[in-house]
Amino acid sequence: MEVRSPQFRQSAAAALDDARLQGALRQVRSRFIDKRAKGVASLPEFEALRENARAIKNHVLERLDLYLEAYEERVTAQGGHVHWARDASEARGIVLDLCRKANARVVTKGKSMISEEIGLNAFLERHGVAPVETDLGEYIIQLRGEHPSHIIAPAVHLNIGQVRDSFRAAHTHLPPDRAMEAPESLLAEARGVLREKFLSADVGITGANFLIAETGTSVIVTNEGNGDLTQLLPRIHIVLASIEKIVPTLDDMSQIMRLLARSATGQEMSVYTTLSTGPRRRGDLDGPEQYHVVLLDNGRSNMVGTEFQDMLRCIRCGACMNHCPVYQAVGGHAYGWVYPGPMGAVLTPTLVGVDKAGHLPNASTFCGRCESVCPMKIPLPKMMRHWREREFERHLVPADFRRGLKLWAWFARRPFLYRVFAGLGMTVLGLAGRRRGRFARLPLAAGWTAHRDLPAPQGGTFIGQWKRRRGAGR
Amino acid sequence: MQTTETARPRTALFVTCLVDLFRPSVGFAAVKLLEAAGCEVHVPVSQTCCGQPAWNSGDRADTRAIAEQVIIAFEKFDYVVAPSGSCAGMLKKHYPEVFAGDPAWQARATAFAGKVSELVSFLADEMGMAAVEATCPAKATYHDSCSGLRELGVRDQPRRLLASVKGLKLAEMKEADVCCGFGGTFAVKYPEISNAIVGEKAANVEAARPDLLLAGDLGCLMNMAGKLKRQGSAIEVRHVAEVLAGMTDAPPIGEGRR
Amino acid sequence: MSGRDDILRRIRASLGSGDGEAGRAQAVARRLKRHPRGIIPDTGADTGADTVARFVDKARAAAATVETVRSANVGKAIVDFLRAHNLPQRLRAGADERLRRIAWPKGGEPEILAGASDGDDVTGLSHAFAGVGETGTLVLLSGADNPSTVNFLPENHIVIVDAADIAADYETVWTRLRRRFGASKMPRTVNLVTGPSRSADIEQTLIMGAHGPVRLHVIVVTG
Repeated sequence: MEVRSPQFRQSAAAALDDARLQGALRQVRSRFIDKRAKGVASLPEFEALRENARAIKNHVLERLDLYLEAYEERVTAQGGHVHWARDASEARGIVLDLCRKANARVVTKGKSMISEEIGLNAFLERHGVAPVETDLGEYIIQLRGEHPSHIIAPAVHLNIGQVRDSFRAAHTHLPPDRAMEAPESLLAEARGVLREKFLSADVGITGANFLIAETGTSVIVTNEGNGDLTQLLPRIHIVLASIEKIVPTLDDMSQIMRLLARSATGQEMSVYTTLSTGPRRRGDLDGPEQYHVVLLDNGRSNMVGTEFQDMLRCIRCGACMNHCPVYQAVGGHAYGWVYPGPMGAVLTPTLVGVDKAGHLPNASTFCGRCESVCPMKIPLPKMMRHWREREFERHLVPADFRRGLKLWAWFARRPFLYRVFAGLGMTVLGLAGRRRGRFARLPLAAGWTAHRDLPAPQGGTFIGQWKRRRGAGR
Repeated sequence: MQTTETARPRTALFVTCLVDLFRPSVGFAAVKLLEAAGCEVHVPVSQTCCGQPAWNSGDRADTRAIAEQVIIAFEKFDYVVAPSGSCAGMLKKHYPEVFAGDPAWQARATAFAGKVSELVSFLADEMGMAAVEATCPAKATYHDSCSGLRELGVRDQPRRLLASVKGLKLAEMKEADVCCGFGGTFAVKYPEISNAIVGEKAANVEAARPDLLLAGDLGCLMNMAGKLKRQGSAIEVRHVAEVLAGMTDAPPIGEGRR
Repeated sequence: MSGRDDILRRIRASLGSGDGEAGRAQAVARRLKRHPRGIIPDTGADTGADTVARFVDKARAAAATVETVRSANVGKAIVDFLRAHNLPQRLRAGADERLRRIAWPKGGEPEILAGASDGDDVTGLSHAFAGVGETGTLVLLSGADNPSTVNFLPENHIVIVDAADIAADYETVWTRLRRRFGASKMPRTVNLVTGPSRSADIEQTLIMGAHGPVRLHVIVVTG
C-alpha cells in the first residue's frame, strides 16, 4: 500500500470538508465510547487485569526469542508449519508460494491487519490469485477498492447508502429491484454471496489475535464467524501474524482476552474466540489439511529494547482511536497508511520511516485519552513525543517552526531579556486589543485567527505588576 | 517562639507563561486563594516558562536548560503551585523524565516534582479547603483540561469548591472531559484540525446553556473563548481561580473593557 | 542466514541478551510448565453463587436462547424448539455418544444427518465440552463427535451442555483440557461461542446472523 502519510495535512483538510465522512465519524464518537464504558464498568477487576496484561506482555517481550522458539516447536509437533518472514516482501512470497503449490485460484480471508500491512491482496491479484475478504466491513471496502479506516471497523467511514451502491454495482447476478433498504437485507446478501466463496476457496487466510507458546495455538476473535469459515473450509489454512502476538499460556491469553472485547466493542466476550492448533487430525471430518503460520517481523525485532518496545504490547482493540479527538475529526484514511489513530502515530513511523510518517506523531494534542483507555497501558503520547525528538534531532521539523521554537527558548532561558520583551509586547498588544478584548486577525498568528479570535492580553505581565505591587506594599 | 507567620507553608507560585503574559488577574486570584488557604506566597520573579513547548516539540536540550532554571528557582519552597494542570503536569510528571540518564539531576527533579501541585487540587487536597468565600450569580459549566484531569486527577476538587460559591449553579456539559483541541503547539501546527475539535467543544458548551465557561488552564480557555467569540456567543469565559477568588472585575477572556 | 535465524538474532541483539541467558530460559520454561492463573474475576463461585444461573443469564444477554431441562427431556426440548421456529425436524450432528443417547419423544424423533455439515443444513446439534459462567460462553471441541462445521454452517445451532460441565471461568476449562489431552496438547479447534453470529460493520448498527448461525439455542442439562 502506498504511504500517503506525507500528505496528512491535505488529507485531513479534505476529510474535514467531507460531510458524509463527518456524519460517519460522529457515530464513532458516541457509540464506541459508550459501549466501552459499559463493558469496562461490568468488570471490577478491569484495572487489575490491565496491570497484569501489561506485565505478561513485558515478560514475553524480554524473552521474545525464546517464546517464539517454544511456539514454533509446539506448532511443528502438532503437524503445522511455521514460516519466518523478515519483511513484507518475504511474507507475500511465502503466501503466494503456498497458494501456488495448492493450485489456489480463490483465497478467502478473515480480517487481518498484517495482510494490509504487507499489501497482500494487490500482490495476490497481480499473480492470478483472487483474494476475497469475508469480514463484512472488509468485504465492503474491497468492493470499493479502499483500505480500512479503522483497525476493527474497517468500513466505519461509510454510510449505508454507500454500502448499498457498492452491493448494487458488484452483485449484478441479483435482481436489480431487490429490497435493500434495511441493513439486515445487506447483511443477508453478503452472507449469500460469501457463502459460495467459503465453500469454493482453496486457501483460507486469517490473522491472529494471539499465538500461544504453551500449545502452538493461534487464536482469532470475531463476531461474524467469517474467520471460522475461512479457516475451517479450505484445504489450507494460513495464519498471518506478527512476532509480538505471542503469549506464554492459555491462562495468559485469557487475561488479555478479558480486556480485548470490552475495550474494542464493549462486549464482555466476542461471539467467536477460536483456538486453532495444527491441521486436521485423524478421524476429523472437517478442518484444513495443512496449517501454516507466517511469522512477520517487518521491523519489530528492532523495536525490542528501544523506547518503542511498549508499542509491541498493542492488541489492536482500537480504543485509542475511538477516543482520539484527532481521529474523531479526520478519520482513519487521513493517516495515510494501514494503522490510524494514536497507535498508528507510534507504529507507522517505525514501519515506514519517520521521514514519511512524521506528521502522525505530531498530529496529537497529547490529551492523553488514548493512554487512559489503552487496555495494555501503552504510553502512547510519550512514544509520540519520542518520535518528535527523533524528528528534531534529524532536522525533520519545518525550519520556520524550529527557528521560532529556538528563539522562544533563547528568551525563556534569559529571564531578564524575556521580562523586558514580554512586558513590552504585552503592553502593546494589550493596548491594541483593549477595546474589543480580542483580535480577529493578527500577523504571525494567522493559523489561529483563521478559525477563532485571539483573546487580547490584559496588558502588562503578572510578574511586572507583582514586582511593582510588592515593591510599593512591602 | 514560633509565630503563625512561620507556620504557614512557604508556597511558590509558578504563574505560567500564559497567565503571566495574557491574564495577570488569574495570578492575583491564585495568590488570594493561596493566602486564604493559609499559605505564605512567594513569586520567584526569574520565572519564564515550564519548557513544555520545547519538550513536546522534541527539543530535549532546551527543555533541560529551562527545567534546571525552574528547579533552581523553586526547589527551596515547601510547595510549588501553578494555576494550570498542564504546566503543573510538566513540572510534576515530566521533569524527572527530562533528566533521564543523569541520576543526580533526576533525583533533584523527582524531589522537586514531589512539591508541585495544580492550584485547585492543591487548595482542596493539600490545604483542606472545603469552601470559598465568593459570590458569582451565574450558571456555569466546567471543562476538564486534559493534563490536569489525566495526569494529576483534577476533577472533583474544582467542582466541589465551585459548589460553595454563592449564587453559582454548575451545569455539566456533554463530553466535559474531551480535549478542546488546543494542545499547545498543536493549535499552531494543525489549525484546521484544532478548529474542528474546538468546534465540537463549543457546541457542547453552548448546549449546556451556561452564562459562564470555566476551566483551569488558560491555553484551553483562550482556545475555547476564541472560538465562542468568533461564533458570536455571549457565554463568558474565565479561569476557575477568578471565580473561586471572587475576583471577576476584569473583563472575561476575549472581552473588552465595558 | 535463514529468515528464522536472522529474526531471532535481531531480537537477541536488540535485547542485548547474553548475560542471564540461563535465567531467561528458566523463566520461560517455568511459566510454560506452571501456567499461572493470573487474576480471575470474582463471579462469586467461591462463595457458593450459582455458576449455572450466571451462565444462563450471560448467554441470554449475548442473545442466545437458553433452557434448562433434565436429561430425560432433552429430546423433547429439541423437538419443541424446531417446531416453535417452524424448522424442519432434521438435524446435522456428529458422533458424540451423548447425542446418541438422547431420548426422543415417542414417534417424534427428528431425522439425524450424521457427520460434518456441507452448508445445506438448516439446524445443527452439538454437545459442548464445557460452559463458562463468567460470560455465558460455550466451549466446543473439534473432532468426529462434534465436527466444527456444525457450529458455523447451519442457520440454527442447538448446543447441549451438561450443567456439571459449566465452569466459573475459562481457566478451569483449560485445566480440564490439559487433563483430558495432556500438557501442552490441544484438540485441533476449540471454539468459544458466546451468542449467535452478528455484525456491526454497517453504520455500527448491530445485526444478528452474519456468517455463522442466526439462532443459538442452548440446552443446559441437569441431572
